[in-house]
Amino acid sequence: MNILKQRIKEKGYLLADGATGTNLFAMGLESGHSPEFWNVEYPERVAQNHASFIDAGSDIILTNTFGANSFRLQLHNAEKEVNKLNYEGALIAKKVVIDSKKNTLIAGSIGPTGEIIEPLGTTTWSETTEAFSEQAKALHDGGVDFFWIETMSSEDEMRCALDATKDFGIPTICSYSFDTHGKSMMGLEPKELISLAEKYYPDIIGYGANCGTGASELIGSIMCFFKARKNESMIIAAKANCGIPEFIKGEIHYNGTTTLMADYACFARDIGATIIGGCCGTTHEHVKAMSEALKKNKPGSFSKLIEEEKYNLIELKKIIESLGEMTDGNVAMIRRYLRPNGSEENTGDKRKRTKRRLRHSGNS
Amino acid sequence: MFDNQEVFDDIVLSELSDKELTKQMSEDLYDGLAEEIAEGTQILLDRDWKATDVMDEALVKGMVVVGNDFRDGILFVPEVLMAANAMKAGMALLEPILTASGIEPIAKMVIGTVKGDIHDIGKNLVGMMMEGAGIEVFNLGINTDAEEFINALEEHNATILGMSALLTTTMPYMKVVIDELKERGIRDKYTILVGGAPLNEEFADAVGADAYCMDAGIAVETAKRFISAAS
Repeated sequence: MNILKQRIKEKGYLLADGATGTNLFAMGLESGHSPEFWNVEYPERVAQNHASFIDAGSDIILTNTFGANSFRLQLHNAEKEVNKLNYEGALIAKKVVIDSKKNTLIAGSIGPTGEIIEPLGTTTWSETTEAFSEQAKALHDGGVDFFWIETMSSEDEMRCALDATKDFGIPTICSYSFDTHGKSMMGLEPKELISLAEKYYPDIIGYGANCGTGASELIGSIMCFFKARKNESMIIAAKANCGIPEFIKGEIHYNGTTTLMADYACFARDIGATIIGGCCGTTHEHVKAMSEALKKNKPGSFSKLIEEEKYNLIELKKIIESLGEMTDGNVAMIRRYLRPNGSEENTGDKRKRTKRRLRHSGNS
Repeated sequence: MFDNQEVFDDIVLSELSDKELTKQMSEDLYDGLAEEIAEGTQILLDRDWKATDVMDEALVKGMVVVGNDFRDGILFVPEVLMAANAMKAGMALLEPILTASGIEPIAKMVIGTVKGDIHDIGKNLVGMMMEGAGIEVFNLGINTDAEEFINALEEHNATILGMSALLTTTMPYMKVVIDELKERGIRDKYTILVGGAPLNEEFADAVGADAYCMDAGIAVETAKRFISAAS
């Protein structure tokens, strides 16, 4: 049994950390500057962010390497620094964990390249895979316990990342950002990630949702995962933003309270997530509140109710919306997943076309 | 011939009436069929349509439907990219004619994604829709800093600045650009429009932009409103 599953078996769930980028901004990172540069410029600040999450109760911390692939670093003329920034990022996390004398797990964070793969875009499958391989190798050399491929929106790119991470002998989990009416930017919905990830099992041992819009939207995705999955031994990971960004006095501020994040964490666990954390805007105070709430409250039986379809959709919507607004598209999708045999209209699909054209078909 | 159950209809574009053809082209845009759009555009031109009419009636109208369905979560980025490529195929035929006929653009616009941000798609769609509305667009691409924005505005004598950001970590950079314009005392020469997934009206106000545009269609409407108010 791999280390993640082992730990989840012991504790029932694992608490991940909060934000990296937005917290480093609060420590003085400037807009437009790559957060990953701080792994060599201000390693002590990156370490401080990790340490504050471990103190707050995180069982998992993510390395400050989200954008450390050659495509993104190229923007800063630093495409040659992939190895160094990832390796150092992993080492910083490792050192913090050792100093803390806890057994916190280190997830090597891998984010998107920002490019679109051909034929829609211009980058190739092989150069994308190569970029992720380079990053994964450096993270592995630096000693991460597993890979977390996050904030993806394209299946092609996710496949490249999965191919790049699967042969290192450590687990991988992968998550999409479902930020557009409950789907990813490229139009993918939870069940599409499930079928992809299940194909890669056991090299890939879990999947989930991260970032996106608010906590309520993300909870919707988790619910869809729980209902649509086939392989129950795979881990479901939830990593929601801390509410919605607001711009106050020249700074981005996420409006989620510690109470909201604590409620979100418990609800995420109730509907089947076993790795729970916070994305953009989540501070160590939020994580502390999540940690305490998860310890204090017993896991609810909501997942059982969902499984047996013994709940009221309106009630459910109310609970979710206590975590923030939800888009109509996501609500419609959740309904489809939860009541697959219901008579609800199948909204959210491409406009039905009565005629399609087929040129040169001959026999008209 | 009429009783077959085929779902697919074989349509010969050149046999369609003008009205049927423009309608068909809207649908082909929706389906991202670049070759067909180029063919339809050429047919309309051969029928002595004015290039501006082809653009308005056949291309822009179709892209508005695409834009609306994108906004409503029916279409996503891949379909929009396909549609934009199809529109490009039509525009490639129209542009030389538009240029040769000496039609002045109704305004000039500089557009780009701000520094640190590499998201290209929404901004390109906005650029294309603006061109469709008769605005000359100078697209600076991604990762654009204040200096590049300001130089381009001055060099091209543009009156509209469009900035895009898809990350909460990069959106504050819009303020850096606007503050720099203020610093140089030239802020009021420009209409500044901002857009991108994490933005909203309040953000646009807070950074000192003139308007937040939720999608490409709204961006065009907003630009037109400012242009007519200025003239």
